[in-house]
Amino acid sequence: MSASTAETAVPPAKAPKVETPFRRFVSEFCESKLALVGLIVFAIIVFIAVFAPFLSPQNPYDLAQLDIMDGRLEPGTRDGADTMTYWLGTDDQGRDMLSGIMYGLRISLMVGAGSAIIACAVGASLGLLAAYAGGRTDTVIMRLVDLQLSFPTILAALMILAFLGKGIFNVVIALVIVEWAYYARTVRGTALVERRREYIEAAQCLALPTRRVIFRHLLPNCLPPLIVVATMQIARAIALEATLSFLGLGVPITEPSLGLLISNGYEYMLSGKYWISFYPGIALLVTIVSINLVGDQMRDVLNPRLKK
Amino acid sequence: MSQTQMQTTSMAATAAAPTLEVRDLQTHFFTRAGVVKAVDGVSFTVGRGKVLGLVGESGSGKTVTGFSILGLVDAPGRIVGGDILFHGQNLAKLKEEEMRQLRGNRIAMIFQDPMMTLNPVLRVDTQMIETVLAHTKVSKEEARQRARDTLGMVGIPSPDERLKSYPHQFSGGMRQRVAIAIALLHRPELIVADEPTTALDVTIQAQILAEVQKLCAETGTAMIWITHDLSVVAGLADDIAVMYAGRVVERGAVSEVLDQPLHPYTHGLIGSVPSRNKRGEKLRQIPGMTPSLLSLPPGCAFRTRCPRAQEDCARDPALSELMPGRLARCFHPHLAAQGSAVRGAAAEGNPA
Amino acid sequence: MAVYLLRRLLQSALVMLAMSVIVFIGVYAIGDPVEILISPDADQMERERAIKALGLDLPLWMQYLSFLGNALRGDLGRSFVFNEPALQLILQRMPATLELAFGAMFIALLIGLPLGLYAGLKPNSTGSKLVMAGSILGFSLPTFWVGLMLIMVFAVQLGWLPSTGRGPTVEVLGLRWSFLTWDGLRHLAMPALNLALFKISLVIRLTRAGVRETMLMDYVKFARAKGLSPARVTYVHVFKNILIPVVTVVGLELGSTIAFSVVTESVFAWPGMGKLIIDSINVLDRPVIVAYLMIIVLMFITINLLVDLAYSALDPRVRLENK
Repeated sequence: MSASTAETAVPPAKAPKVETPFRRFVSEFCESKLALVGLIVFAIIVFIAVFAPFLSPQNPYDLAQLDIMDGRLEPGTRDGADTMTYWLGTDDQGRDMLSGIMYGLRISLMVGAGSAIIACAVGASLGLLAAYAGGRTDTVIMRLVDLQLSFPTILAALMILAFLGKGIFNVVIALVIVEWAYYARTVRGTALVERRREYIEAAQCLALPTRRVIFRHLLPNCLPPLIVVATMQIARAIALEATLSFLGLGVPITEPSLGLLISNGYEYMLSGKYWISFYPGIALLVTIVSINLVGDQMRDVLNPRLKK
Repeated sequence: MSQTQMQTTSMAATAAAPTLEVRDLQTHFFTRAGVVKAVDGVSFTVGRGKVLGLVGESGSGKTVTGFSILGLVDAPGRIVGGDILFHGQNLAKLKEEEMRQLRGNRIAMIFQDPMMTLNPVLRVDTQMIETVLAHTKVSKEEARQRARDTLGMVGIPSPDERLKSYPHQFSGGMRQRVAIAIALLHRPELIVADEPTTALDVTIQAQILAEVQKLCAETGTAMIWITHDLSVVAGLADDIAVMYAGRVVERGAVSEVLDQPLHPYTHGLIGSVPSRNKRGEKLRQIPGMTPSLLSLPPGCAFRTRCPRAQEDCARDPALSELMPGRLARCFHPHLAAQGSAVRGAAAEGNPA
Repeated sequence: MAVYLLRRLLQSALVMLAMSVIVFIGVYAIGDPVEILISPDADQMERERAIKALGLDLPLWMQYLSFLGNALRGDLGRSFVFNEPALQLILQRMPATLELAFGAMFIALLIGLPLGLYAGLKPNSTGSKLVMAGSILGFSLPTFWVGLMLIMVFAVQLGWLPSTGRGPTVEVLGLRWSFLTWDGLRHLAMPALNLALFKISLVIRLTRAGVRETMLMDYVKFARAKGLSPARVTYVHVFKNILIPVVTVVGLELGSTIAFSVVTESVFAWPGMGKLIIDSINVLDRPVIVAYLMIIVLMFITINLLVDLAYSALDPRVRLENK
């Protein structure tokens, strides 16, 4: 039945190519143009963030390059020495906003992706352990998860930062603490189903070491939902970091992320100088939306319940 | 019921406009994978006070046929051809609002799973009274009165209290009685019952069958009883229409069709029903699987599974009257030796 | 029912106790308020007197026990900064925050339910695709930035609404509310919309998913087979079923709305609990932080309980099970 539908649906794909799950995933993912655009935009953003030092018109943190006389210039103005154009204007320090945004993206992405990866590693391990071990281990881990999830992320993060103080590293810690539970819950749910399958029994019968059974056999089969959650959580982490920085509890002033850039522009906005807050916000928005579009489509493609 | 009686009624039905006449109905679903011809040329008639058993495997199109009659086919499905004549009025051409006025009023439907047909968050009285008020201008009190009387009619004890209950407080059989009561509220002229007893215990099934039969005879309601269970049809229906892959493959009076099936598929169906008389015998089964409606073989849809299939089955057989009052869609029907002058009988190598 | 309630209340008390330990240790183990509160040029005598006055010289568990004992008597300590009872400080600001949160929930339902219903009933129309794209945007937009943009457009550029602060208030039931005056409503509009943004998207998604799921149910088809008007099928049979999950989630979200008002209050200088807690964190005003957290936890527990009760009132199946 499924073979025949596939054939009727995609006649040109009859070529010798074998339909691997990955290829199927790619072709289904590409069915949504919006998601594809999201993916491309996100790739561009990552590219900009990685190569910011080479792409940006100036180094926004090299004080020698800044001229306080250029402060709060409107977008499109030439600088005092007439060597470059501030396409997105300047902030109160005379810093080129475009360059500031490129560098800010680096920090935002680094914090977002870094915390998501660590949270994923911690959460997935604990989730697998809970599902595999069961019993008291499971109960303890899941109670912690419940406790964590019942408390609003923003408050938990605020509290942690209140204890730890500012700093990139502390922000990452706070984000990991508030986010690991999502991964743990997701992985445990899938793993509970998967571990009853025959292949796990087979692996256990071969007397493979438990660690190997968990990470080489169980984990790969729990990956699809984990990938979806991870994608969405990166977007959430970036937004949360921006919020914390805006509230003055996130990254330090020496390493401004997008959130801090927006926060810096707050006081000037009431006098009509919108660009200092506006453009970093757009960059933040585009980043988060592109990740969410990709994540949304991945969820639809990887969710077996929506398969027809 | 004697054979002569059957013949006269089926003749009378064709002469004096039957309650419902379905002619060459086609309902297709336009899915991404292709056009699914769920119902592809179905014809039958049901007379006043008669019960038609619509029989077939799951996926044969019998439920879609029922929904087509009530105009309840949802996108991506659509009635693409044929007529549904209800007292001569073509339902397939009716506007939605005109159709709505018929539904639940002159044509009612009973669904398969009583656990799913009643809205879990509304009280039974709400669900009954709204049906009364949808079609008649009466006061709420009168509507409640009618609801209570109908509940009593279908054998629900202390209907006054039951009205105030929620569906989950009823057993499956009771819920189906409520659903039947809702269908009967306006004394419809036609009831489409989609496997209404399949989900119930056998004893409750028997009770409900007996009551439905009595109600039909008393009120003159025509009924289409959709089922896959031949034994239910045998005890209940006057006529039978057997569906396979979206088409009626055989039609006729119940007693005749069950005694002497013409179509090899009907033959197979009857053979696969366990019964006391055939104890110890091996149950016959129809080889193969129901074909996907997306990839039907050209010609007779059954030929890939048919023990009597021949070269000419690659052409499309028409539903034709092979014996008086007996229609089948087959080039090689199981005819008795004395079979009347019938097309295809000549090609018949080994009559059953 | 009584047994059920009693069990829930007992559970709640245990959770409160556990949270009080976590919060207390978390807040008291790290950070040194002495550094912040006592001027650096104060001599040793003054410092010690201040530490004693604040109770900071006792061992941690003693501090906790005295904190717990006082808490049970409704005394959550005095703010180091304001030198007022912390509980009183927070309660004074609570109406402003509640007003904001309820305003946001109201807006979320007012906008989210119809849009979600539309998107669910006509999933393939252009309009509903726009609604869904909009809801992704609503999930993605950082609240604080949208707040800034609202201020920029409606206050700075157009001058329609006041940019920050809370309007004049009217005293009802001993509390001061601003939504009863026109100017107060004008002040409330932007912050409430800002806080509602995320919830609007949530309500849209929940409603749409619910509609699509419910529309496939046999009882909806049966309702249509009864000849009911499309409006009755939609608004009674479908809508009442959807209301259950939506109300549950929205109710549960009230807690997180109050929590997220921290951000909105900071943007709009709204004088509520959220702004107080941010200011308190910045100066490490421990009693206020602890009191705030305890009150938030209490609120969460209360909300959960109320939502469960509302749920059972709406869904007859649940009601039976709990009896």
